[in-house]
Order: sequence, then structure tokens, then C-alpha cells
Amino acid sequence: MKDSAKPSRAEWLVTLPSFVWLVLFFAIPALIVLAFTFHGHTVNGGVGEWSLSTWRELVDPDYPTIVWKTIRISFEVTAWCILLALPCAYAIARLPKRWRAIVAGAIMLPFWTSFVVRVFAWKTMLHPDGWLQTCYHAYLHFKYWLFAWVPNVHVPTAGAGQANDCLIGIAGCAIDAAKTTIIDSEVAVVLVSVYSFLPFAIMPMYTAAEKFDFSLLEAARDLGAKNFYAFRKIFIPGIWQGIVSAVLMVFIPAIGSYVIPQMLGGTDCILIGNKIFMRAMQNRNIPHASALATLMAVSVFVPMGIAMWWKKRQAARDRKRLEVRTAQLMATGGME
Amino acid sequence: MKDDFLVFDHVTKRFGALTAVDDVSLTIKKGEFFSLLGPSGCGKTTLLRMLGGFERPDSGRIYLEGNDITDLPPNQRRVHTVFQNYALFPTMTIWDNIAFSLKLAKRPKGEIEEKVDSILDMIQMSEHAWKHPNQLSGGQKQRVAIARALVDRPQVLLLDEPLAALDLKLRQHMLIELDAIHDQVGITFIYVTHDQGEAMSLSDRIAVINYGKVEQLDVPAKIYEAPASRFVASFIGDTNFFSGTIDSIDGDYCTIQCEGFPAIKAYNDKNLAVGQRVDLSVRPEKIRVTLNPPLPEKGAGINVFASTVQDIVYQGVYTKYWIKSGSFRISAFKPHSRFLLDQEAITWNDNVFLWWHPDDGYMVEVK
Repeated sequence: MKDSAKPSRAEWLVTLPSFVWLVLFFAIPALIVLAFTFHGHTVNGGVGEWSLSTWRELVDPDYPTIVWKTIRISFEVTAWCILLALPCAYAIARLPKRWRAIVAGAIMLPFWTSFVVRVFAWKTMLHPDGWLQTCYHAYLHFKYWLFAWVPNVHVPTAGAGQANDCLIGIAGCAIDAAKTTIIDSEVAVVLVSVYSFLPFAIMPMYTAAEKFDFSLLEAARDLGAKNFYAFRKIFIPGIWQGIVSAVLMVFIPAIGSYVIPQMLGGTDCILIGNKIFMRAMQNRNIPHASALATLMAVSVFVPMGIAMWWKKRQAARDRKRLEVRTAQLMATGGME
Repeated sequence: MKDDFLVFDHVTKRFGALTAVDDVSLTIKKGEFFSLLGPSGCGKTTLLRMLGGFERPDSGRIYLEGNDITDLPPNQRRVHTVFQNYALFPTMTIWDNIAFSLKLAKRPKGEIEEKVDSILDMIQMSEHAWKHPNQLSGGQKQRVAIARALVDRPQVLLLDEPLAALDLKLRQHMLIELDAIHDQVGITFIYVTHDQGEAMSLSDRIAVINYGKVEQLDVPAKIYEAPASRFVASFIGDTNFFSGTIDSIDGDYCTIQCEGFPAIKAYNDKNLAVGQRVDLSVRPEKIRVTLNPPLPEKGAGINVFASTVQDIVYQGVYTKYWIKSGSFRISAFKPHSRFLLDQEAITWNDNVFLWWHPDDGYMVEVK
């Protein structure tokens, strides 16, 4: 009811500064980037005449693969972050008040170190002679042994030196495993992205979980729910807003991720961010980089927009159905 | 004992150094409206939580219809709770809140709809079925919480101070409604409260609890008229205490000698001997306050004391007097059965007579 009311003058005034800020530093730059895509480029790195040549260049068959890979990895990273952050947020919110602040502080502690330094540290940790690599080898060998009975279902595509998370027949795979490193692979990118973005997932969920009324879980159990059912049906919907913010907080930086694949992805994991960097800085083709950025944004926001529109329509439909149902309920109640 | 409907068998629960429930044994009958009454922190909520399965006793067992339920988790007992803050699921509609337990039990869809619709009708909330809890008033939330707990017919319904969050008028209204619901569904209700008025008006029986122990378990009238301890007498209603020693015995009656007060005659229902120390409780409404001494035909055996009015509090239904008698300050209620202004008014510092029949005093504690 409240959201249909017209905002008052005071409300307008309060939102004005942030509106101006967004227009100046978000909307206008985004439009400039969009405008660049309809220009050609000059040899010395400038923006050329109006032309559709940039969009024509984009037909490169590599791009759909890279866009898809970026989206897929972002989804993977987001899923891992949410999955790990959910029990964390729950556990922190259930701690005694004094401990909550301490643990929340500990989660934010890595931010005191530069992001690039932290990613660089992972380079050492994932070194081919390091213990993480040793563990990874052991894991691969175990997996091959476990699935040794499976016939060669997999066509090896990855070259030497790339982690490949697929099933390989027993004969070829032992050698393959020996050559497989975590560093310079997709596994490293996902791992370090999850590490980097996890606090951004925990924090909004924890904030929501702290406001959650835990007696609701008790009520659910009282009415016959098992612990996990209560967690799923009551806790998760209860902190839904926090989960949505967490998804956005992780997914959006993951899509634009550039430092992590650059430092740890090697040639196995080149994402759209790296391509944009290459076009802008190495090829000095700003319009082309702009077109890639636009392509990425469109391929994320269009499906999101469709999903939101669909949900709204669904909600309106549900409302209508409930109105009919209430009328029925009232009618039968009156007859008795 | 195990054959009774619901049994607490020597149940003890400690939280650190605090003994919240201290060796409590209780039996509750099927279909009863049973109240656990006591001041906050007396252990009544802990008793309820042990019955709900949220706490485990340190020792003792709990039996429901002959089955030991002490170690069962909450979701495996057919015991539902109406929480003090209602604990309605905010993300679900009223209808889904009520259907929660039925859906969990995987009842057929038609049955769920029929049961939820009919209980919504019973609590007169059909038109609110598709609202969310935050769109309801306190009294409506209360009714939904009760419906949600009752819809799958539990063996016992636990109510944890369910009316505490409501204002006075609504509370009185909900009292009547709760009573009606209990009559309608015939399920055993266990009601936890610190409000003696609620407990008295609703319950078949009351257990008065203090420091984790049951002080008295009886019907409301017995609790009020024949309190088992000084605590019960003072917690339920107002009373005057006279501590003294039995001085002489005359048939069914005895005389109690208190320091700083004339001898008091009292009914010796406990057949106590001379020299016994006792606490006598006399309720304020049992004490008459008059300007003139009672007429002789009222009986020679009654207690009459000359005193002085110290304070008067007009309450509408009655007036409360604080009266100085000997070294005692005694409270007495005078009901206004006739229009007040017709009567000869008693005012401050008047010399008055206090009197009550020996049967109206009750010896609560024997030391």
C-alpha cells in the first residue's frame, strides 16, 4: 500500500544528492561507453568516426565462449560463496553478542591487506611444489582410482599443465594428473575468487540473520519440523533479502573479475575482463573494449530483467487467485 | 502414576548454580485446563519448555499417556506451544502458517484445506487468510498462533504467557475466547502465567510455583481460600498475616497470641496443640470496618478490635482501608453494595471497629 503512494517533496529532496551522483558518475559514463561502441578506432588509440565497424568486429567466434565462461565461473563462485556463507551467517548470528562482533571483525580483517597482495600470496600457496598442489594431486589420483571402472567417457581436451576437472580413463590419466597444476587453471580462479568474495557474501547474510527471530525455528520444530526443514523453510526465507544482496555482491564483481584470472588463470582461464583489458591497453582499441563491456552488461542484465518481470507477473497472478479464494472461503463460512 | 495422562516424575533442571525446577512431580488430567502460576523466574517456563522438548531435565522423567517422552525432540511429540511473542512465520500467509503442521505431516491436500478453512472459521479470521502476520493486530496474531497450534489436534497445548503482550481490554476478551476454544476442542491446555487473575478465571486446577517447587496444586477456590503456604496466600490476592502462638484451645477453635495485638480466635482445622507457632491469614474482604461495634446477636465468638483509620483508597467497586490496630497495619476492603453517599462515611483518623468471624481466618503455616 505504501509503495503506491506518491513520494513527498521531502523524500525527493533526500534522494536528490544520490540521484545526481549516480547520473554524473554512473549513467553518463555508461552512456559514453555505449556511444564509443558506435565509433571506429584510430591507429594511435583514439576514437574515430561514427561507424558500425566495431560491432562487426565483435563477430569473433571466441567471444561467445569467453562470455559464457565468465558467466559460468561467476555462477560457480556465487554458488560456492552462498553455500559457505549460509552456515557461517547462521553460526555467527547464534553466537553470544560479544563474540559476534569479534568474529565479524575477524572476517573483515583480510581487507586490511591489499587485494592484489592477497591474490599474489595465493600464487605462492598454489606453487607446483607447494602442499596444496600435493593435496590436489592426491585428490586427482584418488578420483581416477575411484572411477577406474568407468570406460573412457572423456575426450581429453586440456593440454599439459592445465587442471581438468573431468573424468579420464585410467590409462592416460595418471600421467595427466602428474602434469596437472592448480595454478594457471580455472580451479585456481574459482578457488581464489571464492576466497576473495566470501566476506561480501557473509556480511549481508549475517546482517539479515542477526535480525532473524530464532524463536521461529523453535516454533517450526514444535510444530513437527526437523532441524534442516526448519532451516530451509523458515531461516532461508527469513533472511532472503540478505541472500539476494549477497548474490549481487558476489556475482557482479565476479563478472568483472580481472586481477584474479590475470594472475592465477594462465591461458586456461581468460575471462571477459582480461579481454577488455587487452583490447583497451594492448590493442589500444577503446571502442572495441567498450563494445565488449556492453555485450557483457547486456548478457547479464537482460536475463535478469526478464526474470524480474516474470516474477512480478507471477505475484500479480497469485494475488488475483487469492482474492477469488478468499471470496469462496467467506461464502462457505457464511452458509454454515 | 504412569497411567495418568501427563506426569512429571521428580523432574529437576539446573542452569549452572541455579536450580530452575527442583524435584517437581505433577499429574495432569486429560482435557484439563491446567495453570502453572508463579512469579517470573520461578521455573514455570522451564517446566513448559521441558514438556515442549526444548529443554531436557537433569533428572526425572516426563510421561504422556504412559509413554516416556523425556528424551524426544520437539518435532516428535504431539505437544504444541503458543509462544509469548506468537512466533508466526513472517514470510508465510496466515493460511500457510496454520497449514504448516499439516503439510509437514503430509496430509492429503483436501484434508489440509478443509481443516485450515474450518479452524479459520472458528477463530473468525477467514477474511484475513491471505494476509501476512505483520498486517494483523495483536489479538488477531494471538488467535492465529492458537489456531496454528491446534489445527492438527495435539495431545497437549502449551500456552506461554499468551496474553502478556495484549492490553487490558483485549486480554479480558481473549480470556473468554480462550475458555470457549478450550471447551470446543477438548484438548488439554497447560497455561503458564504470572497473572493470578488469568489463572483463577481460566483454570480447572492451578499449580503455584516458587523457587522451582510446587507450593500448592489445587482448584482455584481452594488455592485462594486455603493457601498451603505464606507464599501462596500472599501471591494470590491480598492478605493480612498474623504470626503468633496458639494460646488456648476451645473445641474446634483456638486462640492465637501475637505480639503487639490482642488475642485472635481462629478455626483450628489442623488440630494443632497449644504452644504451636502459626501464621494466620485473613483476607481484606473478610474483615468488616464499622464505626460502631457489631451487634451482640452477631455472635459472641467473633474477633472485634478497636482501631484507627490510617489511609483510604477509593476503588469504585470497593474502598480499601489501611487500619492501625495495635502495632499492626491491616488492610480491609469494604464493598459498595449500596449507593455510597447514603452511608455514614468513614474518614481518616476515625476510630473504628474491625471484626471478622473466626472461620474467616486461615492458618497457613505451621512452624
